[in-house]
Amino acid sequence: MSKHSHPYIPNSLLEIKQEMMREIGIKSLEELYEDVPQRYHLKEPLKLPEPLSEFELKKHVETLLSKNKTCDDMPGFLGAGCWQHYVPAVVKEIVQRSELLTSYTPYQPEISQGMLQALFEYQSMICELTGMEVANCSLYDWASALGEACRMAARLTGRNEILVPKIIHPDRLATLQVYADPARMIVKQVAYNKETGQISLDDFKNKISDKTAAVYIENPSYLGFIETQVDEIGKEAHARGALFLVGVDPTSLGILKPPGNYGADIVVGEAQPLGNPMNFGGPLLGIFACRDDIKLIRQMPGRIIGITTTLDGSRQGYCMALQTREQHIRREKATSNVCTNEALCAVASAVYMALLGPEGLKELGETIMYKANYAIHSLSKIESLTIPVFKSAHFKEFTVNFDGNGISVKDVHEKLLENGIHGGKDVSKDFPKLGETALYCVTEIHSKEEIERLTASLEKILA
Amino acid sequence: MFKQANWNEPSIFALGRKGRRGHVPPKIEDEIKQTVAGVNALIPRNMRRKSQLKLPEVSEVEVVRHFMRLSQMNYGVDSGLYPLGSCTMKYNPKINELLADLPAINMAHPYQDEHTVQGILEILYRLQTWLAEITGTHDVCLQPSAGAHGEFLGTLLMRAYHRLNGEIKERKEVIVPDSAHGTNPASGTMAGFSVVVVPSDEDGCVSIEALKAAVSERTAGLMLTNPNTLGIFEENIGEIARIVHDAGGLLYYDGANLNAILGKARPGDMGFDIVHMNLHKTFSTPHGGGGPGAGPVGVSEELAKFLPIPRIVFDGENYRLVYDRPHSVGKIRSFYGNVAVLLKAYAYILSLGFEGLKEVAEVCVLNANYLAKKLKEIRGLTLPYGVEKPRKHECVFSAKQLKSETGVSSLDIAKRLLDCGLHAPTIYFPLIVDEALMIEPTETFEKEELDHFVEAMRKICEEAYTKPKVVLEAPHNTAISRLDEVKASHPRTMALSWHMYLKKKGQDV
Repeated sequence: MSKHSHPYIPNSLLEIKQEMMREIGIKSLEELYEDVPQRYHLKEPLKLPEPLSEFELKKHVETLLSKNKTCDDMPGFLGAGCWQHYVPAVVKEIVQRSELLTSYTPYQPEISQGMLQALFEYQSMICELTGMEVANCSLYDWASALGEACRMAARLTGRNEILVPKIIHPDRLATLQVYADPARMIVKQVAYNKETGQISLDDFKNKISDKTAAVYIENPSYLGFIETQVDEIGKEAHARGALFLVGVDPTSLGILKPPGNYGADIVVGEAQPLGNPMNFGGPLLGIFACRDDIKLIRQMPGRIIGITTTLDGSRQGYCMALQTREQHIRREKATSNVCTNEALCAVASAVYMALLGPEGLKELGETIMYKANYAIHSLSKIESLTIPVFKSAHFKEFTVNFDGNGISVKDVHEKLLENGIHGGKDVSKDFPKLGETALYCVTEIHSKEEIERLTASLEKILA
Repeated sequence: MFKQANWNEPSIFALGRKGRRGHVPPKIEDEIKQTVAGVNALIPRNMRRKSQLKLPEVSEVEVVRHFMRLSQMNYGVDSGLYPLGSCTMKYNPKINELLADLPAINMAHPYQDEHTVQGILEILYRLQTWLAEITGTHDVCLQPSAGAHGEFLGTLLMRAYHRLNGEIKERKEVIVPDSAHGTNPASGTMAGFSVVVVPSDEDGCVSIEALKAAVSERTAGLMLTNPNTLGIFEENIGEIARIVHDAGGLLYYDGANLNAILGKARPGDMGFDIVHMNLHKTFSTPHGGGGPGAGPVGVSEELAKFLPIPRIVFDGENYRLVYDRPHSVGKIRSFYGNVAVLLKAYAYILSLGFEGLKEVAEVCVLNANYLAKKLKEIRGLTLPYGVEKPRKHECVFSAKQLKSETGVSSLDIAKRLLDCGLHAPTIYFPLIVDEALMIEPTETFEKEELDHFVEAMRKICEEAYTKPKVVLEAPHNTAISRLDEVKASHPRTMALSWHMYLKKKGQDV
C-alpha cells in the first residue's frame, strides 16, 4: 500500500484506509475479496505502462497526436457522413460546464432541470428544422438511427421489407442490415436513374409491395444531390401502407423543404454538423423525429423529454416521458435497448441552433450551397473531369470522376496530399459503376482561395 | 444548507426578439456570388424551403446566459456525491477533457489517409491492447457507442458464432438472471433471441439449480454481470461457466460493474467469452447527462473473427484499418467509435497504471463496504441477500421496513437526499429487492463526503419516524419541487416538443 494518495482517489491515503477498515472490522483489504475464488485472483501484474503525471501525460498525448495531419493543418474536402463545420466558441463553453458534463441521465428530474430543459429544447429545435412534431433526445448516429427507424416501421406495420436507395453510405447500409437481420427484415435497394442519380420510379414501383414496411430516401443523397421526387415517393409509400422515412443532413434544412412538408413519418439524420467537431468520426449525433401520432410515439426508441408540472400543479418543469417504452422498465419487451445516448452532443446542437437561429441556418445553407457550387464551377475548368457525375442540383457534396484521365482516385489523392490537401473520399469501390470517382465536400468554412488552390493542384496533377 | 439555483428560466423559444441573432456564419465572397447563380436558381423549385423556420431569435449574450443558468440547475459529480448504483459516477479528470479537445483530434476526419492519422490510430490500437489485458480477452473492438450498444454487438456475436456452427435455428434463447440490468434482456431481444429469466438464490447469486434447469440445446448464451447488481461477487462463476459452455452456450460479461475488480480479477479468466466495458463508468469519461459514452467489447480468440469492421491493426510499421474480414458481423454504426471518448479513457489508464487501477477497485469496494456497515445501523433500512458477505462496488439496501412503519418510500428518501446537496442512489432496482436503494460510492469520494451521506440518510430516516411530511413532500431545496412524471406521458397532457406544447395549449403553431 502506498503512503500517498492518488489525486483522483482521496481515500487511497493509508491512514484513511486503516480508519475505514477498523470501522468495517477488517484488517486487510484482501478480506473484501475473500469471496472471489483464489484461482481468479490475478497472479501477475497487468501489462500496462507505468503511470504518468499530468504533465507527462499531456506531453505524451500531444507528441503522439502531433503525428496526425488533420484538416486543421491543411484544407480537407472530406464529408461522407462526418463534416467539417465551424463550432462557435459558445458551444464549447456550454458543453464544458461541469454540472452538465459530469451528470448522469436525469433520473432525478428535480435536481436535473438544466439538462432536461436543454434536451427538450434540442428536441424542439430538431422538430422545427425537420418539420416534425416529436423528436427523441438522440441516438448514436445516423446509421443506428436508421436501423432503429426501420425496426420501428416493421413493428408498426407488421411487415418486413425495407426499401432504400442504391446510393447510400456503405456504413449506413451495413448498419441497417445488422439491425434488420435479427428481426427477420429484408433490405432491398432501389436503382437510380443513370443520368440524374434520382431514384428510379420504375424500379421503386416494381419493388414496393404489401410487404413493404418502410420506404427510405435521403436528402441530400449520399453523393450530394437533391432528391426531387419526394412527393411522388411519399404518396406511393403511403398508398401502399408503408411508412415514409427520410434521412437528412440538417445543415441543408435552412434552405431545403423539410421532410415534414412532404409527408415523412420518421426523420433520421446526422446532427454532428450542428455544433459537434469531427473527432475522427465520433461521437456523432443521431437524429430521430416523427409525427405527433400516439401509435408512432409509443414505438419510438430512446429517451424522450417532456413538459410536466409539479405535483401540486403550481409550476412547469421537465422530466423523461414515456419511460414505459424503455429497457429499464419494459426489459425484453422494450422498443430498443438504448440507454446511454449522445445527450451532451445534443446540448451542443441545441446551443448551435439557438445561436444561428432562423436567419443563421438559412445563411449557413446558402453559404454551403454557393461555395459547393462554386467549387463545382471552378473544378469544371478541368475539361477531363466529369463533375458532378449526376445531372442534379447538389448541396455541400458532389462527385468528381477521373475516368477521362486514366488516373485512379487513389493516385490523385496521394498527389493532393503532397500538395497539402486532403482530397475527397474515394467512392469507386463502393460504387464500381461510377468508375474512378471521389466525393468532395465544401462547407461554409472553405474559402474561395482554398477552393481555387484545390483546382490549381488538380490541374497540375492531371496535366 | 444546500440550495440549488432556481432561475425559473423560460424556454429558449420564449426569449429574444425578432431579428436578433447569436452567430454569423462566414461570408460568401463577392466573386463566388457573381459566378454562381443565386441559391433559388440552384435549388429545384419544389425542394425550396417555403415555410419560415420557427427557431429562437436570440443574441449570443442571451444564449450564453440561458444555458449557463440551465447548467446551474443541474447536478454533476463535480457538485457532490453521486452514488447512483450501477452507473459508476466517478471523477472525470480535467486534463482528459483538455486532451480530447486538441485540434489534432477534433479536426481529424475519419476518411483521412491512414498516414495522416497515425497518432490517433496508435492511441486506439494501444487502448484496444490495454482493455484486452485488463479484461483478459483476446481482442477488443472499440466501436460500440455505449454499454447497451456493446451488448447488442455481444448478442450479435452469439448469433454469428452459432450461425457458423450451423446451430442458429436451434439456439434461440438468451438467459439472464432476474437481477440483470434491463439492457440485457432488451439487447437479447434486439438480436432476435427470446429471453429466459433465471431466479437468484437466497444469497442474491444465480441459482445453480435454476440455471441447470434453464440451459438446453436452445441456449445461445448467458448474460451476467459479476459482481452482480446487488454488489455481490458470483462465487460460483466457475460452475456457471461450465454449465453454460457444456450446454454449448456462450458467456457474456456485462461490464457495468467492472470497477470492483479492476486489476484484481479478469472476466476472461473466469470463462467469459464476450465482455463489454463502459468507458463512461469504469474508465472515467464523463457521462454528459446521458452520453456520449463508449462500450468496447472484448472477445475470446475464437470469436475475434466476428468483430465489426474495420479492425485497427499494426503491421510493425504502420497502424492500419482493415476491412477484409469475411466473418465479420459488419457494422453497428458509422466509422470507428466515439473516438473523443476513447482518447479520454486512454489518458485515464495512463494516469493510473496497473497499481492505480487496482487501487481504484480496492478503494471503491472499501467505500461501498464502509457505507454498508454504517447504513446497516440505521432504523428502517435493511441489507437483504447475503448479509454477511462483503459487498463489492455497491450495496443495495431495502427501505421496506421504513415504508411499512412510516409510509416513507425509497422514492421519498431519494427526493429528500437531493435536499442535502447529494444525488440519490438508483432506486427500485434491482427488481428483486423491495424498495431498493442501490448505492455505489465509487473511489472518487472522500471519507468526509461519505460520512455526510450517512448522516443525511440517518437524518432522513429519523424524519420518517418523527416528521414524515418533510420527507414525503421533498425535495424542497432543488430548482423545482416534486414533479408529476405521469402527466408527462399522458396522451392528453403529453408535450414532447415546443410545437406540441403550443398545440396542446391551443395556440397557433
